[in-house]
Amino acid sequence: MSTRYFGAPVKRNEDHRLLTGQALFVDDVELPGLLHVAFLRSQVAHARIKSIDVSAARQCEGVVAVYVADDLGAYWQPGPLLVPPPPIAGIIFNLRAQVPLAKDWIRHVGEPMAIVVAESRYLAEDALDEISVDLEMLPVVVDIERALEPSSVHVHDDLGTNISAHVHQSKGDYRTASARAHLILKRRFRYEHGISSPIETRGVVAQWDVRASQMTIWDTTQAPVFIRNGLAGMLGLGEHQVRVIAPFVGGGFGPKMMMFYPEEVALPWIAMQINRPVKWIEDRLEHFFATTHERGQIHDAEIAVDKDGRILGIKDVFLHDTGAYDPYGLTVPINSQCTLLGPYLVPAYHSTFTAVFTNLPIVTPYRGAGRQHGVFVMERLLDLVAHELEIDPAEIRRRNLIPPDAFPYKNEIIYQDFQPLEYDSGNYEPVLDMALEAIGYAEFTGGGQAKLRAEGRCVGIGIACYVEGTGIGPYEGAKVQVLANGKVSVATGIGTQGQGHFTSFAQIAADQLGVDVRDVDVVTGDTERFYWGAGTFASRGAVVAGNAVNEASKVVRQKALKLASDAFECSEDDLVLADGKVSIVGIPEKFIRLGELAQRANPMRGAVKPGTEPGLESTQYFGPPSGATANGVHAMIVEVDPETFDLKILRYIVVHDCGTVINPMILAGQIHGGVAQGIGNAFYEKLSFDDQGQLLNASLADYLLPTALEVPRMELSHTVTPSPLNPMGIKGAGEAGAIPVGPLFAQAIEDALQLKQKKVELLEIPLSPSQVFELAKATMKRAAT
Amino acid sequence: MASDRHDIEVSVNGTTYRRDTDSRTLLSDFLRHELRLAGTHVGCEHGVCGACTILLDGVAVRSCLMLAVQANGHELSTIEGLAGKGNALNPIQQAMHEHHGLQCGYCTPGILMTMTAFLKENPSPSEDDVREALSGNICRCTGYQNIVDAMMAAAEALRTAAS
Repeated sequence: MSTRYFGAPVKRNEDHRLLTGQALFVDDVELPGLLHVAFLRSQVAHARIKSIDVSAARQCEGVVAVYVADDLGAYWQPGPLLVPPPPIAGIIFNLRAQVPLAKDWIRHVGEPMAIVVAESRYLAEDALDEISVDLEMLPVVVDIERALEPSSVHVHDDLGTNISAHVHQSKGDYRTASARAHLILKRRFRYEHGISSPIETRGVVAQWDVRASQMTIWDTTQAPVFIRNGLAGMLGLGEHQVRVIAPFVGGGFGPKMMMFYPEEVALPWIAMQINRPVKWIEDRLEHFFATTHERGQIHDAEIAVDKDGRILGIKDVFLHDTGAYDPYGLTVPINSQCTLLGPYLVPAYHSTFTAVFTNLPIVTPYRGAGRQHGVFVMERLLDLVAHELEIDPAEIRRRNLIPPDAFPYKNEIIYQDFQPLEYDSGNYEPVLDMALEAIGYAEFTGGGQAKLRAEGRCVGIGIACYVEGTGIGPYEGAKVQVLANGKVSVATGIGTQGQGHFTSFAQIAADQLGVDVRDVDVVTGDTERFYWGAGTFASRGAVVAGNAVNEASKVVRQKALKLASDAFECSEDDLVLADGKVSIVGIPEKFIRLGELAQRANPMRGAVKPGTEPGLESTQYFGPPSGATANGVHAMIVEVDPETFDLKILRYIVVHDCGTVINPMILAGQIHGGVAQGIGNAFYEKLSFDDQGQLLNASLADYLLPTALEVPRMELSHTVTPSPLNPMGIKGAGEAGAIPVGPLFAQAIEDALQLKQKKVELLEIPLSPSQVFELAKATMKRAAT
Repeated sequence: MASDRHDIEVSVNGTTYRRDTDSRTLLSDFLRHELRLAGTHVGCEHGVCGACTILLDGVAVRSCLMLAVQANGHELSTIEGLAGKGNALNPIQQAMHEHHGLQCGYCTPGILMTMTAFLKENPSPSEDDVREALSGNICRCTGYQNIVDAMMAAAEALRTAAS
C-alpha cells in the first residue's frame, strides 16, 4: 500500500460545502406541499391521562390533522429493545420501552401526548394551545435511592418495582483478596453526565410517494439502516420501499443513536395518512426533554491494596438512573462496570449494579457512554489510597499499570459487545511518562507549586488514566466503485456527524486505487446507496467501516490490475497503479486510465470469462472479533480563585494511543471536542431537576455549555500500539477526550485548595464554583471554631 | 390567529428581495424557508448559541431574535455571500479549512459571520480577543482551539491582503 494519504493530516473534502452554506441538513429539506408537525408534550412527570380533547385544535387556522394515541390504531406499539442484555448469568432485565404517544400514562415531562399537523410550524404550535388535557396527577419519583424504597411509587405500575435491571459480574475472589489487604478504603461516589446538546437538534422529514409506493425519510439519526429496517416493519412496507437519508447531521454524540423516538415513528405514518410530506424540527426546549440524556449513578465502592498501594481487589455496588424507559438495554451501566477497571491490574473485582426507573427522560449513551462514571470511581479510589499511604498520585498509577507483556489482557467479565472484556494490545507506561513529562510533573510537584503557593496562588495538578473500549462489531460494509469519469465512489451504511468520514475513508480508498483523495466521493447515511450496516457509535466508524473500505478498495485494485494485465497482455506484477491510471513499470507512456478500465469492466458486446463480475467495483464487509482498547492519560494544572472558587486551566495535556492513525488532524479534532465536553461535564453542565421531575434549567442560557473562554488550549501527543484485531491496526478515538476529565478536575481542585489536608474529598461530578464552595465551607467553619 | 402581513424589502448578499410576510415570522425562518437561504442555521432560537448569526448593515446579529419585518429596508449578509468568484473560499473560510476549524459544521455559519464582523473591527486581535469574540458562539464539536488558530491565521491573511 502506498502511504501517500494514510496517516497524513489531509484537509477535509466535506469542508467546502459546509463553509459555503451548501451542505444539506434535515431542516434544509423543502418539498412541495410540505406540512409541519408539532407535538403536545406533558408538562408533568407522572400522571394518568383521563382525557384529551383535540376538537378545538382541529378547527384552528391551517390545521390539517390532529392525532392522539388512539388514532394510531394498531400502529401504536411500544418501541423495540435496541440492545438486548449481554449473556451474563443471573441477569435481571425488565424492558419497558417508550411509546409513540402517551395513551394512558405520562412517565416523564416532555412525553408527547398529541400531534398537530398544519400548514406552518407557527400555526401548528398555535393549535397546541387549543388542546385540553385532563390528567390525574400521580406522585413523582426522581431519586434513584428513594425509587427502591418499598413505599415508592412505581414508574411502571404493572411492574411492581422500579428495578429496570440487576447485574452482577466478578473476577477473582474479592473476599479472599481483601482479607490480605494492608488497607481498605470505602467511599460513596456520585457521577452525573449531562446532555449531549448538539447544536443541531433532532428533526425528521417524511415523504410518501403513493404512485411509487416509496417512503423517503430524512432523519438526524446516527443509524439510518436500523431506522429503515424498523420503520419498514412498522409501516408494513418492504425495506426496499423505505429510503432513510441521514444527510449532514449537526453533531450527535450518542443520543441520535437512540432509535424510534416517537417523532421518528409518527412522521412517516402521518405522511402516509395524509399523502403530503411532513417536517418536524425539535426546538431547544423540546431537546431538553424529548432527546435522551445520560445522567447519574451512585457508587458505593471499596478498594483493597497492599502496603505498596498495589490493587488487590475492588468491590463496587452502584445504582444507575435509566429514566422512564430502558429501550437501549444495559449499554451505559455495563460500560461503567467494565471501564472502571481501567489500565490497571485488578486481580479481584466484584461489581453489582441496579438500573432504576425514574420519572425522568430516558437515559441512553452520550459520548463516553457510562465509561466516565467508572473511570471516576477508579481514579478517585487511587487518589485516596495515594493520600493515605503517602504515595505520589502518579506513582500509584504507575505501580498498578498492566505491563506490556500481559497483552492480550483478559478481564474476564462481559463487555457491551457481548464478548469477554479483553484488551487487545497496549503499552501503558510510556503514555504516562509522556504525560508527566509534558505537564512538567516533577518540576511542578518538586518546587514549582510551592513557589506559586508562596505567592498566594492556589494551583493544583491532576493526572488521570483511562482505557476506552472502541471499534466494536458486529460489522460494517462499504461499496467502492470506480466511475467512468475516473473518480471513485465510496458508500457505507453508517451515518456521519462531523467525524470527517468523507475524508478519512477517501484517504483509504485513494491510497489503494492510486487516485487523488479529492477524487473520492464518500457517501454515508443513505440507505439507497448502501444497504447494510449498524451505525456510528462506540468510537467504531473509522475502525469498522474504515476497514471495510480498505477491503473493498483492495478488491477493486486487484480487478483494475487484472483488467489492465489482460489489456496489456502482461503480468500484474509489471503494472503500477498511480495518478488515476494503470501503467507498465518503466514505460509510463503505456497506460490505461481507471475510468477507461471501468468502462471496459462493463462490456457491451463479446463474451466474458465465467465468474467475471461486471463493473470496477466491490462491496466488502468487515467485522472485528471484538472491540479494540485504546488508552490514554490526561494531565492538567489549574488555578482556583480562593474567593470565588472559579477556576482557570493553566495547562491541559492529552497523551493517547488509539493504534494506527488515519488522519492526525481529524484525530486531534476529536480529542479537542471530547475534552471540551468533558470540561462541561466536570464543572459547568448540570441538569437540575426538582422533586417533581421538572428541569429547572432547560435553556442554553441556564444549562452552561463551555465556550471558547472555558476550554483551554490543549497539548496533544500520542503513541501507536496497533490493534491486532483489524488489518489496519486502528482503534477508535471518538470518546477518549471526554472520559477522564471528571477525576482530573476533582484531583486538581483538591490539590489547588489543599482540600485533602482539610479532610475534604471531592467525590462527585459535576462540580461547580458554588458546589466546591459548599463542600469546602464545612471545613472552613470547622477551622474557624 | 388572524394573520398580520407586511410587505418588506431586504437586501441579502447584494440581492434585493420583496416579500409579503407575517409580522411574527422570525428573521431566521424568513431567510431559511422563505428566501431559501438555508445556510444560516438555527440552534436554540433563544439567542444563546449564535448559530443563526448574520450581519445586519455590517453588524453581527442573531437572526432568531429578530422579526423579518424589523429587517425591512436593511442590508443583510449571510454565509451564502462569503465566497468569492467561482465559489472560492474567502480568507476566513480558507483558514477554517486549513486549521480544521469545523467538524459537523452546523455552528460554522454563525461563527463565520461573527468573525467576519469582528476581524473587520479588530484586524490585529490577540488570542484572548478572539476567544472573547467567539464566546457568544457555541460549538459542541471542536473545543474551539482550531477555530481560534484559524482566526489568528485569517486575521494575518486579511492584513496581508490589505497591505
